[in-house]
Amino acid sequence: MTAPLVEQLKGGLDAPICLTWELTYACNLECVHCLSSSGRRDPRELTTDEAKAVLDELHDLQVFYINIGGGEPMIRRDFFELLEYSIDRGIGVKFSTNGAFIDAEKARRLASMDYLDIQISLDGTDAVTNDAIRGEGSYDTAIRAMNHLRDAGFGEFKISVVVTRHNVDQLDEFKTLADSFGAQLRITRLRPSGRGADSWHDLHPTQAQQRQIYDWLIAHGDNVLTGDSFFHLNALGQETGTGPLPGLNMCGAGRVVCLIDPIGDVYACPFVIHDEFKAGSVRDEGGFANVWKHSDLFSELREPQSAGACASCGSFDACQGGCMAAKFFVGIPLDGPDPECVDGHGEAAILAASAVMKPRPMMDHSKPARVATPGRVPVAIGRR
Amino acid sequence: MTTTPLASMLDRPLELHPQVALRPEPFGALAYHYGNRKLIFLKHPDVVLVVQALGDQPTVGAALRSCDIDQARWPSFEKAFIALIESEMLHDRTVG
Repeated sequence: MTAPLVEQLKGGLDAPICLTWELTYACNLECVHCLSSSGRRDPRELTTDEAKAVLDELHDLQVFYINIGGGEPMIRRDFFELLEYSIDRGIGVKFSTNGAFIDAEKARRLASMDYLDIQISLDGTDAVTNDAIRGEGSYDTAIRAMNHLRDAGFGEFKISVVVTRHNVDQLDEFKTLADSFGAQLRITRLRPSGRGADSWHDLHPTQAQQRQIYDWLIAHGDNVLTGDSFFHLNALGQETGTGPLPGLNMCGAGRVVCLIDPIGDVYACPFVIHDEFKAGSVRDEGGFANVWKHSDLFSELREPQSAGACASCGSFDACQGGCMAAKFFVGIPLDGPDPECVDGHGEAAILAASAVMKPRPMMDHSKPARVATPGRVPVAIGRR
Repeated sequence: MTTTPLASMLDRPLELHPQVALRPEPFGALAYHYGNRKLIFLKHPDVVLVVQALGDQPTVGAALRSCDIDQARWPSFEKAFIALIESEMLHDRTVG
C-alpha cells in the first residue's frame, strides 16, 4: 500500500517542482513588504556563466520550469540571455517583475518566446492603495507594462497580488482588471519576511478578513492562482464543510520548493532568507543537486515533523500548522500555531513571542534610508 | 449494461502529447505539459509503465496487456487516465 501523495511529497522529491530563483537584489522599487529586502545589487551575485551552469544542472535534474524574481530581474544586463538559455534547455520560465523595464519593444520580444510566463506585481487596483506599498508611480508603471504586453499580443500574463488588509476588499476589482487584460489573477499571502518583518503587523489581513479571503477563494478559486499559499485557511473549510482550497495543501519548503538567492545560496523557500534555513550554495562542490539531495537542512525538513502545540487541535490535518516562515519571523516556535491561525491561536502565540528576541531577516540590501530634507537650507559660504 | 469510462477508452489509440515530459519520482512520476503548464502526479509506477508503453502500442488496452497488468486491476487505472486526457497530456494519435 502506498502512502497518500502528500505524505510522499513531504519525504521530498528527486528535484524541486517549484524552484524560485532571485536573479538580483537590485531593484528600482523599495516595496515595504519586499520578502528579500531588495534594493542594491550584491557584488557577489552569480555571473552569467555561473547562472548558465546552474541552468545546465536544472536541465539535468529535469526541473520543468523556474520562477524568476528578485529584486527586479530585468535589471540584469544578461536577463534576456539567461531567459533564452533556460528556455532553449527546456526549462520554462515564469518571471515576476514590476514592469518598469517592459517597453513596447521588449514586450514584443517577450511575446515571441515560448514557455514563458510573466507576473506583473500589483498591490492595489488604484494608485493610492498600490503606491502606499510599492512606491510612488509604481501603479502607473505596472499598468503601462500591461498595456505593452497586451498590445504586443503576449497573451495571458499574470497579475500578482500580495493580499493585505488594505487591498482585500479589492479582490473582485483585481479579477475585473485581470479579465479586462485577458490576464490571469494570482493572489498570495503576505509573510513577515524581508522588509515585511517590519510592515507585517500593520499590513496583514485581520481575522475577519482571513475568512473573507477563504470565502472568495472558494467562490473564485478555480480561475485564480495562489501558489498554494493560503493553506493555513483550510480549517475554515472543516467548519463549513466547503473543504480545502484547491492545490497542494502543505508546506513545500525543502521538500518540493526551494530558493536560490542572487549570490547562489540555497534556502528552503523564498520567505526564509535567514542562516537557519540556508541549506548550502550552488557554488559548493556538487552544486545545486548536492544541496537539494544531501544537505542536512533539507534532510531534516523531509523527516516527519512534530505537530507541537497544535497536536491536540482538531484542525491540524487541515492547516498543517500553517507557514513556517510566518511563524519564524514573528518569533513563534516552528511547532507552534501560525500567527494567522483561523482558530485564533495565533494572537496568544504572537503575544508570548513578544517577550523573546525575534530572528531578524538577513541579507538586507535595502537602499540607505533617505534623510528627509524639509526644504533647502541656504548655506552662506561667505561673500564674493 | 452501461459502458464505463475505461471500457470506452480501451480501444482508443492514445499517446503522450509531444509537449509532455515525464520525470521519474519515488512514487511514480511527474508529468508536465509545456503547452498548458499543467502538472500531474502519476501516483503508481505501473501507471508510468503503461503511459510509456502507449507510444509503442496501438491502443490503451494493448498497452495494459503489454505491461502484464492483470485485467482485474484495469479499473484502478481509470482515474489516472481520465486526468491525463482532461489535461490534454494524452491525446488520440493522428495517422500520418
